[in-house]
Amino acid sequence: MSLFDLRLSEVHNRLQHKDLSVSELVDASFRRIEGTDDRIGAFLTLNEEAARAEARKLDESGSAERGLLHGLPVGVKDNMVTEGLRTTCASKFLANYNPIYDGTAVAKLREAESVIIGKLNMDEFAMGGSNENSAFKVTRNPWDLTRVPGGSSGGSAAAVAAGQVYYALGSDTGGSIRQPAAYCGVVGLKPTYGLVSRFGLVAFASSLDQIGPITKNVEDAAFALQAIAGHDSRDSTSANVDIPDYASALTGDVKGLRIGVPKEYLGAGIDPEVKSRVMEALKQFEALGAVWEEVSLPHTDYAIATYYLLASSEASSNLARFDGVRYGVRASDPDNLIDLYRRSRSEGFGAEVKRRIMLGTYALSSGYYDAYYKKAQQVRTLIKQDFDQAFEKYDILVGPTAPTTAFPIGEQVGDPLTMYLNDICTIPVSLAGVPAISVPCGFADGMPVGLQIIGKPFDEATVLRAAHAYEGSTEHHKARAEL
Amino acid sequence: MSITVKDVEHVANLARLALTEAEKEQFTGQLNAILKYADKLNELNTDGIEPTSHVRPMVNVMREDKVAESLSIEKVLLNAPDEEDGQIKVPAVLE
Repeated sequence: MSLFDLRLSEVHNRLQHKDLSVSELVDASFRRIEGTDDRIGAFLTLNEEAARAEARKLDESGSAERGLLHGLPVGVKDNMVTEGLRTTCASKFLANYNPIYDGTAVAKLREAESVIIGKLNMDEFAMGGSNENSAFKVTRNPWDLTRVPGGSSGGSAAAVAAGQVYYALGSDTGGSIRQPAAYCGVVGLKPTYGLVSRFGLVAFASSLDQIGPITKNVEDAAFALQAIAGHDSRDSTSANVDIPDYASALTGDVKGLRIGVPKEYLGAGIDPEVKSRVMEALKQFEALGAVWEEVSLPHTDYAIATYYLLASSEASSNLARFDGVRYGVRASDPDNLIDLYRRSRSEGFGAEVKRRIMLGTYALSSGYYDAYYKKAQQVRTLIKQDFDQAFEKYDILVGPTAPTTAFPIGEQVGDPLTMYLNDICTIPVSLAGVPAISVPCGFADGMPVGLQIIGKPFDEATVLRAAHAYEGSTEHHKARAEL
Repeated sequence: MSITVKDVEHVANLARLALTEAEKEQFTGQLNAILKYADKLNELNTDGIEPTSHVRPMVNVMREDKVAESLSIEKVLLNAPDEEDGQIKVPAVLE
């Protein structure tokens, strides 16, 4: 059994009893990366020198009270700023960007004494579901190197699945934590909007973006969430709510839990094998004493159109900051300031980013605002009401994370609309702002399938409890990709 | 509602993007496909429905207006493409 097959708590115990040092752990992480990342391509930047120095410091300090995340190798999606460690958002625009501060979630990882191993590949500015929109490299699915890892947190999911780091941070705007976690056979948690500070997360769509953990099991996800959750005065949208002890919610007991199964998530377009895995998972919940029935979220069919209008509109505004003035790409020999803006942006941004800026600018432009942007905001209200109503009757909602398993690299490039439709089960959840986790629920034609468990706002505890009870009654999360 | 290459040029100008002829062609086709798909929202009657800009019911978050430490000039200029005398340098704004 390799170090990376251990649960986080087991590693913690070994560190505590000095059966293992942080330096050994960090060394194992870099050796694993050296042995696998030429095939996986998860990392954009390695933090080797600083990580090894940090490990030595932690070993020498020898404090008696080590937190659960102490000494653990962690990877960070490359859209979270890390002081002194290059942060690119997988964009040519930020190819040499050297942040001058840590984002809050990153700072909290450092406080918890995890060791940042490096920065993980993603779709450029988190726009995409396959990592194929990275300006720098292809990331491959550890289960089948010809397939995508999903996205946009594809590097984060692939690195955890390949045993390169113990856990990783991802960000989720329309499914970008959950979908790659599903494709790579790991656990991915998108918290309630507002639970984790977005300070230092390069903004894509500010009313949707959330940071969350990607791990190998649910218990580890609870520990990681504990470390990063909480109010932050630097993010006015972060919620001032009491943070429960998530680990103590993992009782294994789901007797009497009321589960709604959105019928729209199991409708047309779903792979029959994926559907079978979900139905098996529901049987498993039944065996554990939970009860389920179908429920309708009637506006599901409108979620993707709503999302692409709103997220692109917000993106077109957020990405206005990339103008070639203060940081990033600056075009050479501009005629004037406007020419500098235009050419810097056009040289720095990839096709998908330009496409979304164009869509968003159009939707917000004079004469179209009411027809597209406002209309989409109104439909968002209807989508949110679907969830409000379902949660009057059910404790959680359960369905697939994605309608299919990971698709072959290159298959959907050039067809943005088809690519967008992969997100049908995750986008409505993002629009409603509620928490959801993806946990492994078996395989379809050799590729991992993810089960999505959706909860009430700020009820991560119930989501984690259900996911943990399910996981504990199956062996799916123990499967590892052979590399 | 169908958009033309001329519309794409107008929007590109608003977004401060310089597109190649090939990009204009490509985006015209792709944006039309996406917007056509988005037209399905018109199947829904949203008269009287409040728009949701944000899922959490929140209003302005205020804090005391007090002096605090800010970033050093050195740090702020660390990533600047061009600088002079502690300031970021850009081409002439007025001609």
